[in-house]
Amino acid sequence: MSSTNRTVVVTGIGATTPLGGDAASTWEGLIAGRSGVGPLEQEWAADQAVRIAAQIAVEPTEVIPRPQARRLDRSAQFALIAAKEAWADAGFTDRAGEGADVDPDRLGAVIASGIGGVTTLLDQYDVLKEKGVRRVSPHTVPMLMPNGPSANVGLLVGARAGVHTPVSACASGAEAIGYAIEMIRTGRADIVVAGGTEAAIHPLPIAAFGNMMAMSKNNDDPQGASRPYDVGRDGFVLGEGAGVIVLESAEHAARRGARVYAEAVGQGISADGHDIVQPEPEGRGISHALQNLLDNTDLDPAEIVHVNAHATSTPAGDIAELKALRKVFGDDTDHMAVSGTKSMTGHLLGGAGGVESVATVLALYHRVAPPTINVENLDPEAEANADVVRGEARKLPVEGRIAALNDSFGFGGHNVVLAFRTPLCG
Amino acid sequence: MAATQEEIVAGLADIVNEIAGIPVEDVQLDKSFTDDLDVDSLSMVEVVVAAEERFDVKIPDDDVKNLKTVGDATEYILKHQA
Repeated sequence: MSSTNRTVVVTGIGATTPLGGDAASTWEGLIAGRSGVGPLEQEWAADQAVRIAAQIAVEPTEVIPRPQARRLDRSAQFALIAAKEAWADAGFTDRAGEGADVDPDRLGAVIASGIGGVTTLLDQYDVLKEKGVRRVSPHTVPMLMPNGPSANVGLLVGARAGVHTPVSACASGAEAIGYAIEMIRTGRADIVVAGGTEAAIHPLPIAAFGNMMAMSKNNDDPQGASRPYDVGRDGFVLGEGAGVIVLESAEHAARRGARVYAEAVGQGISADGHDIVQPEPEGRGISHALQNLLDNTDLDPAEIVHVNAHATSTPAGDIAELKALRKVFGDDTDHMAVSGTKSMTGHLLGGAGGVESVATVLALYHRVAPPTINVENLDPEAEANADVVRGEARKLPVEGRIAALNDSFGFGGHNVVLAFRTPLCG
Repeated sequence: MAATQEEIVAGLADIVNEIAGIPVEDVQLDKSFTDDLDVDSLSMVEVVVAAEERFDVKIPDDDVKNLKTVGDATEYILKHQA
């Protein structure tokens, strides 16, 4: 327990996304190159400049009983669905301390969201204005607080080692997983349920992101709108959902005979120090994060065969990331299959790091890299810097130990890179 | 027109069903909101607000703590409804 450099592995996965209501259907959609983007047909969308989004494939109220659902923000509903799947996938049927073979004092939860309970906040403000003070729901505060999803997931599994919520915009989900890895590595916990969630498809965030010129306005072709690395990319498409993984110390996983999907090698973190929303165009901050990853772990660039890129489909950001990969990894970049899965899921903001960690872990487990769809005319600057997997999924090396990265960057200049690797035994 | 005791119990049963998911037939006069009907303190506020609307009655926060059972609430509403 006193060890401060323990190996961390992934033993469970769960997701609910625009491609499917669980990790398996999401993975199937990713490998098939299916788009989860569609038109926004809600009445409020009519006068928006952006009228497309990647909405959840399975409404959470179809899965969560109504009395429970009505006291959870949509972002917490997504997180609970994904966490429940991941917890069961890791082999647990009960809460810690109530049958599951886990010490609750050694179990943590770290679930992040970029924006928190924004739909609850705005809906309840509407209630206040239209119906008065007395009608504001007494559940409003626990529903809107950004730590609501992590607290609810902590309660679901019975976590007492610590429940945390890092917030760093679109890097939040990845930062949560990085935080969880450190909790285990440094001996604070044996198991941590970690990931990201977001539910921000609402007229205000859509109007606000739209007015920042950050989102695609390709309303006539929803499925073709999210097109990372294509010369015609014009911004991201907002997505919603959650991705959660169960992280565990390798010893703990071995002791209970758990299936190991991958090793969670570690993380590299940095801040751009450049601008509140614009990415640093040469990717210096991202390079710094990648270098930190190499300095802080035993990862060998020769092992890295796949990168689940941040690639939101914005003109500047997509290229800055590829430049950083080339700068830090040099010729090793040539054997990295780079995938922009936001071309299919849309951008889940704080949920992205969670969902894309699930995708990265499954890419290693199945040794297949998902495609980047909608790349009709590859940006020459992308081609010059990286090997983008276009159109169809690509097989990864069938033998040997392979590693993959999941990049996430957020408004505010936050850069988080996570590294996963096939386990030694498998 | 004021609601009868039966109407109030039926109305509370609908409200508790909506908020806590308890079957309406389980909502009886002797049932405790907290111990029997899965209504915690926050949900009790929701029950009270819904009952105020439905039965045109004001239930001040100070009185809510005395409403332990469906019978307590029914009696309160019978006495105070407009």
